[in-house]
Amino acid sequence: MSKIHVTTTVNGDAVEFLCDARETLLDVLRDRLNLTGAKEGCGTGDCGACSVTLDGRLVCSCLVLGAEAEGREIATVEGMANGEELHPLQQKFIEYAALQCGICTPGILVATKALLERNPDPTETEVRYWLAGNLCRCTGYDKIIRAVMDTAADMREAS
Amino acid sequence: MALDEYKPQTGKAMLEGEGRSFKQVGTSPDRPDGVDKVTGRARFGADVTAPGMLHAAIVRSPHAHARILKIDTSAAEALDGVKAVVTRADFATGLTGEMWNILENVMADKTALYDGHAVAAVAATSALIARDAAKLVKVEYEVLPHVTDVDAAMATGAPVIREGAADASVPPGLHPNVVRYHESGRGDVEAGFAEADLVIEDHFRTEATHQGYIEPHACLAQMGGDGKGELWCCTQGHWNVQKICAALLGTEQSALRVTASEIGGGFGGKTTVFIEPVALALSRKTSRPVKLVMSRSEVFRATGPTASTSMDVKVGMKKDGTITAMQGTFRLQGGAFPGAPADMTAMCAFAPYNVANLKQVGYDVMSNRPKQAAYRAPGSPMAAFATESVIDELCNQLGLDPIEVRLKNASREGTRASYGPKFQRIGLVETLEAAKAHPHYSAPLKPGQGRGVSCGFWFNFGGETSVSLALSEDGSAQLMVGTPDIGGSRASMALMAAEELGIPYENVRVTIADTASLGYNEVSHGSRVTYASGLATIQAARDAVRKLCGRAAAKWGIPEDAVKWENGCAVPSGPNAGDFDPLPIAEITASMGATGGPIVGHFEATPEGAGVSFATHIVDAEVDPETGKTAVVRYTVVQDAGKAIHPTYVEGQFQGGAAQGIGWALNEEYIYGEDGRLQNAVFLDYRIPVASDLPMIDTVIVEVPNPGHPYGVRGVGETSICPPLAAIANAVSAAAGVRLHELPMSPPRILEALERQRGG
Ligand code: FES
Ligand code: FES
Repeated sequence: MSKIHVTTTVNGDAVEFLCDARETLLDVLRDRLNLTGAKEGCGTGDCGACSVTLDGRLVCSCLVLGAEAEGREIATVEGMANGEELHPLQQKFIEYAALQCGICTPGILVATKALLERNPDPTETEVRYWLAGNLCRCTGYDKIIRAVMDTAADMREAS
Repeated sequence: MALDEYKPQTGKAMLEGEGRSFKQVGTSPDRPDGVDKVTGRARFGADVTAPGMLHAAIVRSPHAHARILKIDTSAAEALDGVKAVVTRADFATGLTGEMWNILENVMADKTALYDGHAVAAVAATSALIARDAAKLVKVEYEVLPHVTDVDAAMATGAPVIREGAADASVPPGLHPNVVRYHESGRGDVEAGFAEADLVIEDHFRTEATHQGYIEPHACLAQMGGDGKGELWCCTQGHWNVQKICAALLGTEQSALRVTASEIGGGFGGKTTVFIEPVALALSRKTSRPVKLVMSRSEVFRATGPTASTSMDVKVGMKKDGTITAMQGTFRLQGGAFPGAPADMTAMCAFAPYNVANLKQVGYDVMSNRPKQAAYRAPGSPMAAFATESVIDELCNQLGLDPIEVRLKNASREGTRASYGPKFQRIGLVETLEAAKAHPHYSAPLKPGQGRGVSCGFWFNFGGETSVSLALSEDGSAQLMVGTPDIGGSRASMALMAAEELGIPYENVRVTIADTASLGYNEVSHGSRVTYASGLATIQAARDAVRKLCGRAAAKWGIPEDAVKWENGCAVPSGPNAGDFDPLPIAEITASMGATGGPIVGHFEATPEGAGVSFATHIVDAEVDPETGKTAVVRYTVVQDAGKAIHPTYVEGQFQGGAAQGIGWALNEEYIYGEDGRLQNAVFLDYRIPVASDLPMIDTVIVEVPNPGHPYGVRGVGETSICPPLAAIANAVSAAAGVRLHELPMSPPRILEALERQRGG
């Protein structure tokens, strides 16, 4: 079967790849571009472990085809830190122990970054509903919610 | 190491850890692997590749019970890119006991025993080709009658899963699907019930739930024709994986090196193997690396959920709240193999209470479902659901306060446990007192809300443990442990090592060693990691400290026992006190090559002093009588941690257990159709709690030191899931005004109960 040639941007870098028409964006990121930060927890759009942004919009990369990345801008967890300097959310997640196993963490970080870009001052309820598509089985979400709320407060103060 | 250094001590003697002021233990520093895990750098099971790697896919039975008549692999093999197909013929023969059970579960032989049972597997040059090829494997089945419900599986005439699977514990006359039997107790329950002012007996059921770890099982296997292999996989215990895979492949254990990846949750579900031997067999057949990753629906259909249960519990109580007798029958369905924790369910059921007359019976029952696996305190949450519901009902009917009644009957130090031995120092009373004093317990409820309380118990385990601690020339330390870090255990280990060595926490690097680099370590289960690996870390550090002191003694020309270790320095003591300046660790290690060689501390043992742990939970629930939907509006966990090494991660264990319990109580269940197929094998239909379902989860850490650990640690991972099912059921029953007997308390079940009550 012939493959599709795709030119796209991932975390600011120009990228080219060949993929099968059936491959998802998540497959491409992980298997072809070696960006394994996004995880496959379900492959059906139910867990959010594969969260990335596509032209700034939060998506489940397991529900996007690799071929659809043509000409778009993709951002993954690997692009969140600025070199050595962690994004405030990343820093706060460590500080608050907002992760136990850490498999959900990349998706939750990408999702909350997208939230704070839209809404710098979310209520607890807004954070909880925004993250309702990102499953975490370890933490019970308590420390995640606190980390997000506190990061939002810090970022508001800093801006 | 003298045995009595880690054996539990009796009596009230002051414990080593008690009253000790720690410098680092008890603080909550950032975890050592934090940056890896927030940047996507951490490598989990499915995150690795190898040159020339193939991808595998498994062919699974669509039938709950079927004879396998023929497997035709020719069409699959003919597909371009397919490199090998394996079936049962590619695995070891002549296995017996549990190894045979595991092999039979990993790859069916003559009979498919449940929907999703593996029957063949394919390796190909891409994951897509492997999946296509799996569909081309033609399996001819003769469908057999099936059974998936525990009570139905025990009934006369039920299809027999496997003749002769029962062991000697099973009394004659029971259905062949009953494969293990447990009975224990003491006193005279009938006399006890006669003494009671009120006796309540009720029937309870719980459905199977899944551990629901977000990372599906994944592995990368490499095995050559010489029988030597390498395996990378997400597991709670890689030595166990090594042992099982070696047996199933028919090779020596040491021929196989197993490395544990970062693990994306386990909760007991990654204590055994499902896909690893299959990947190894395919790799052996092709002489190429093979990667095998389960899909979510494979995880649901073919890994180990909990047992489902059918239980009867009877409790007698006097008007003053004294419990006179407790009796329980616990029937557990554990899938198509023996092993459902009927014994542990029975033993945990009444453990929180000091009662003279007890009888507990457990049945381990096979059915056409996947082989159950451990899920956080296996058996205990279900047992507590039944027992604590009956106690709650007795309190309601006798007009007694639920915490006072539990305090009145609580097990204490010296109480003979319901399962036999005498309790050493335990903290149940302390958790009840703390719950009673918590503002949550006296906060007013709104209309439509109910409050529930429950206690919970878990044994905790020790197990084989081996740790090695190597000092670097600059005085920093490299700690090798053999227990995968599931929830931040590297941080606890580093804290304990730093505490003993007197060096900064940041100077300890903790590595999870592979099977070729350290002695055997039992699986990370039984809440054993902080207890056993922690104890071993402390002892390994003390071993290194002894060696450090020896080097200082030699340098100073004084006896070794005249040197003590303080704040990271060797210090002359006794008659030599003050004769020499303290010698910092970095000065000793800088010259260790010339003073006797590298300094490494070790500890290898099977610690047996894992202190049991108790918890008390308080829950407020609100039930919508129109829709039957329940909202958990407030939740407080009070649990004895013995000594919290890293309190924030202890809180995390408390909160995680409570959240999983909320899912189990309200939503989660395996739903089988008439055809014996699992109907909800995706997260959309098997709904675990999401962020908007839950409130903040308040925690209180009680610290009653465990005499079996140098700092008093008790494992905390499992006890946290024991009380929630009952506590929530009690809250929901109070809110709805009708007792709920079956989990999950999903909206249809609550509406049905309300309807029944109105009708009756
Ligand atoms: S893997 Fe994409 S939502 Fe679960
Ligand atoms: S930390 Fe394990 S799933 Fe979220």
